[in-house]
Amino acid sequence: MKPAHPARRTVCAALGLACAAALPFVAAGRVLAAAPALQPGADPLDSSRWDDMRRAFFADAPVVFDDRIAVTAPFSAEDPLNVPVAIDATALGAVREVLVFADFNPIVKALRVEPLAAPAAFGLRLKLQQSSPVRAAARTADGTWHLGGAWVRTSGGGCTLPSLGSGSAEWQQRLNEVGARLWPGVGHGDRLRLRIVHPMDTGLAPGIPAFHIETLEIADGAGRVLVRAEAFEPVSENPVFSFDLPAGIGAAGPLRIRGRDNNGNLIDAEVRP
Amino acid sequence: MKRLGSTARSWRYVLLAFMLAPLLLALALDRAHARDSAAFDYGLVPRQIADGVYVLEGRKEDFSTANGGDIANTGFIVGTAGVIVIDTGSSRRYGEQMRVAIARITPLPVVLTINTHHHPDHFLGNQAFPPDTLAALPATIAGIEAEGGAFNDNLYRLVGDWMRDTEVVVPRRRLAAGRQLVAGRDIELLALGGHTAADLVVIDHVSGTVFAADLVFNGRAPTTPHADIPRWMEAIAQLERLPARRWVPGHGAVHEDTEPLRQTRAYLDWLSRTLQAAAESGLDMAEAMTLPVAAEFRTLALVEHEYRRSVVHLFPAAERAALGSR
Repeated sequence: MKPAHPARRTVCAALGLACAAALPFVAAGRVLAAAPALQPGADPLDSSRWDDMRRAFFADAPVVFDDRIAVTAPFSAEDPLNVPVAIDATALGAVREVLVFADFNPIVKALRVEPLAAPAAFGLRLKLQQSSPVRAAARTADGTWHLGGAWVRTSGGGCTLPSLGSGSAEWQQRLNEVGARLWPGVGHGDRLRLRIVHPMDTGLAPGIPAFHIETLEIADGAGRVLVRAEAFEPVSENPVFSFDLPAGIGAAGPLRIRGRDNNGNLIDAEVRP
Repeated sequence: MKRLGSTARSWRYVLLAFMLAPLLLALALDRAHARDSAAFDYGLVPRQIADGVYVLEGRKEDFSTANGGDIANTGFIVGTAGVIVIDTGSSRRYGEQMRVAIARITPLPVVLTINTHHHPDHFLGNQAFPPDTLAALPATIAGIEAEGGAFNDNLYRLVGDWMRDTEVVVPRRRLAAGRQLVAGRDIELLALGGHTAADLVVIDHVSGTVFAADLVFNGRAPTTPHADIPRWMEAIAQLERLPARRWVPGHGAVHEDTEPLRQTRAYLDWLSRTLQAAAESGLDMAEAMTLPVAAEFRTLALVEHEYRRSVVHLFPAAERAALGSR
């Protein structure tokens, strides 16, 4: 997810920096060793789990490692409960769905995004149980899966810890509360960022059952669904998401964010541009 | 842990010493301060910076199996009746070797062992010091109780066998701010905070030396895992008013003027403004990590690494503010 130049200009102006200096950094921050485009064969991340991943998610569909799908993640996770990951698959053209997963997590799948009427660029934070490749797989219209990813090193333990929320009563009053804002001209169009109060318990901490957001939908003022997402246990507590949306999307009225968790609690919020 | 019989052990050591002798000799000739990782020797050599005031300067590095966790400054002050120790390093071995280094300088006993704050490079050598001399601010004691075990586990992972037999020893003496004679020395303690919940500054009035703990870094990027930046900057402003003749930062070289204070404050100011601006302009956390470090800070050791860590520590609060989420 590359912020468009206006966003950089905003930041740079605020910091008093020359924009030219800022430009290469998104590329530089992409920590993966860039695989050559359309390399069909070996996993560039050299993960012993790759064959399992391939069988589990892609079966007989064609799979290519493709540096047109950018995964920005830190080389080393300072906090295994909150590993920031940004994905930009817009260079692939029309993308039907993007799957985010971590080979060595006890629950591998983290997020599935369908950019129905939006650029395929988004961000999230996830929990990592141990060092692992973090991958994004984008399916294009021809049925091919394009893979990008990066290794993230971590001290681990992110998935088997109780959420902080499970130790306090606060989330019970604020469950599914949404804080959100739309930034025109950031990313590939306008950027929506949102934070939802939710413990996102994985079910792997003793005595605490799985409790997590399952679905999210973002619709424009006319009710057209722009992005549909399916979230899984490894998404961090009180999740924060970024979604790039078409430019000028706020013109048709407030955006609507709707969803629910696995206990049927609803999420429903409006975002005024 | 099983131990070898003493005879077998001593023979092994003789053999080991025999095998290592040429290597040790070469290293000793090569560098007076060589840290010999084969023998787990930190090569601690206290440097006298004022009458009775000594510093053991750590490396401007991150924890590694090469440096054994010797990355922070420790020090001690020799009074007429005893020794005041300021921080104990990152491991049992460090603490033990620090005591040997102190004993080479003075036969006086250690009467007060201060942990300036609850970060692992400052208290994990506690085992080597008399338990009744271990002392810290109450919030530091609470921090060691709450997080000491996890820090210790993490350091075994980061520096390996240098940590052997290191265990957390929680200081029991609760310190408060104030000026008093300690071991015959005119010592003042300032109870500040901002780098962590409690950061203790030790002033030796006779020599005009200020042990500023990790409120001050010199030539090395500040670390922020428990930071409260506004409080930290206030603490630095308070320190700047002290009539000090020299500053011992928590990390980096001893300095005669307040340049390290200015540098630390400027970096923290830049860091918090950068992250607020990033959150306010709609960047994702992963994107905030890729922003460039301002030119004036690029010479600080570890700055790229510490900046990315700080994003994880500090960006969420800036982001909540930008999203209007409590």
